Amino acid sequence: MKRVVITGAGTINSIGQDFPQTINSLREGRCGISALKFKDVERLSIKIGGQIHNFEPDRHFNRQQLSLYDRYTQLTLIAADEAITQSGLTFNGELAASTGVVLGTAGGGVSTWDDNYRAVYEEGKNRVHPFVVPKLMNNAAASHLSMKFNLKGPTFTVSSACASSNHAMAQAFQIVRSAQSPVMVTGGSESMMCFGGIKAWEGLRVMSKDACRPFSLNRNGMVQGEGAAIFVFEELEHAKRRGANIFCEVKGFAMSSDAADIVNPSKHGAARAISNALKDAQVNLEDVGYINAHGTGTTANDKTECAAVADVFGHHADKIMISSTKSMHGHIIGGTGAVELIACILALRDGVISPTIGYIEHDPECALDVVPNEARDAKVKLAISNAFAFGGLNAVLVLQKV
Amino acid sequence: MDIRSKVIEIIADQAIVEPSDLSDESTLESLGIDSLGLVESIFAIEEAFNIQIPFNANQPNESPFDISSVATIVQGIEQLIQEQA
Repeated sequence: MKRVVITGAGTINSIGQDFPQTINSLREGRCGISALKFKDVERLSIKIGGQIHNFEPDRHFNRQQLSLYDRYTQLTLIAADEAITQSGLTFNGELAASTGVVLGTAGGGVSTWDDNYRAVYEEGKNRVHPFVVPKLMNNAAASHLSMKFNLKGPTFTVSSACASSNHAMAQAFQIVRSAQSPVMVTGGSESMMCFGGIKAWEGLRVMSKDACRPFSLNRNGMVQGEGAAIFVFEELEHAKRRGANIFCEVKGFAMSSDAADIVNPSKHGAARAISNALKDAQVNLEDVGYINAHGTGTTANDKTECAAVADVFGHHADKIMISSTKSMHGHIIGGTGAVELIACILALRDGVISPTIGYIEHDPECALDVVPNEARDAKVKLAISNAFAFGGLNAVLVLQKV
Repeated sequence: MDIRSKVIEIIADQAIVEPSDLSDESTLESLGIDSLGLVESIFAIEEAFNIQIPFNANQPNESPFDISSVATIVQGIEQLIQEQA
């Protein structure tokens, strides 16, 4: 088995236009949640989200590209550009033939569905743009990424709702660990920031109208975000030989299914994913210093997640710092695990624990150190990143300082 | 159809029972309607009466709309129809 490290990272989300900005925002506990801006927003009852406002697609892409790139593809390519440039890799010959892309997204081109349904149903048009299908498909972003960087290895999209990114990164990790390829590009992307995207979530009645306050007693639901984060996963010796800059090691992972309820989370399913990930990583649970929580800010998730952590870690749970950065960037659905991996890198590489902002009141059912409101300096050897999706699908990654 | 009969029809449909099995005192809980069923019932009621029901599943007890029994639902709908007319 090969050891796997991260040698490139890129992102765009509501708290940062790139990786360094996002790192700074996480340190500062900056909130990216604001008033939503798009057509028909006045017909929504939920009007806030982690939307990327100062992003002008036509500054990054030409007209031809824009006719093929849904917003989630645009975000993917911007994040990938940063990650691959930073890694210093160029893809030719054998490396290009083996390197692929595993991307997580829950909805794919949601805005493209929305725009074109509006055209045919609301505006009564009988014709849509010929690229609607290649633009909206869930693998469009992974495919465009592979085309742009000449990545000809295994390339696919994983879709498991809010765990999509973690499931995707787990697949990329396995490909590198099992020596199928020395390099893989992976992460996730999501943008449901359109009338239909938010309206659908509104229907579930789990969204907050004012703020995402994970673990706080007065929390009243999730807030949606958008964004992408892309990473270069590389075999350790391959990275060392070329003197690559290493962010951290990906140590292990596990996946589980609750097999119980389509929306309500299960403590047992979450706990199995966490404890199996630690087993897969072959590490001591006492060495885990930080957990990037799924922490959606819903009543159900936060108490279930805290109970699962307490079950797995026992007395050590009291010594672990656990925070939810969704309080800052919102819930990025299929891209959320990827963006949240940045908080794990910040913890391991820089010794800074991202805060859970918006925290007001202690909840006895979430009685862990949730790093309220302000970032904290702490040396951490191991971090884990939780993702627990609707449908009861859980995926947990274990990361180690290098 | 009056408000009460329509509510009973919606709730009975969710609980998979006959409308005749429901009374004013029937509660959603006693009918075994879970959290998803509850949200669906609210949706169906909103559609049937063209009203907006304030309800957040994270804070079910803070909703001014009392959704516990057939009687309280009917009362709530009557009030909302008046307010939102």
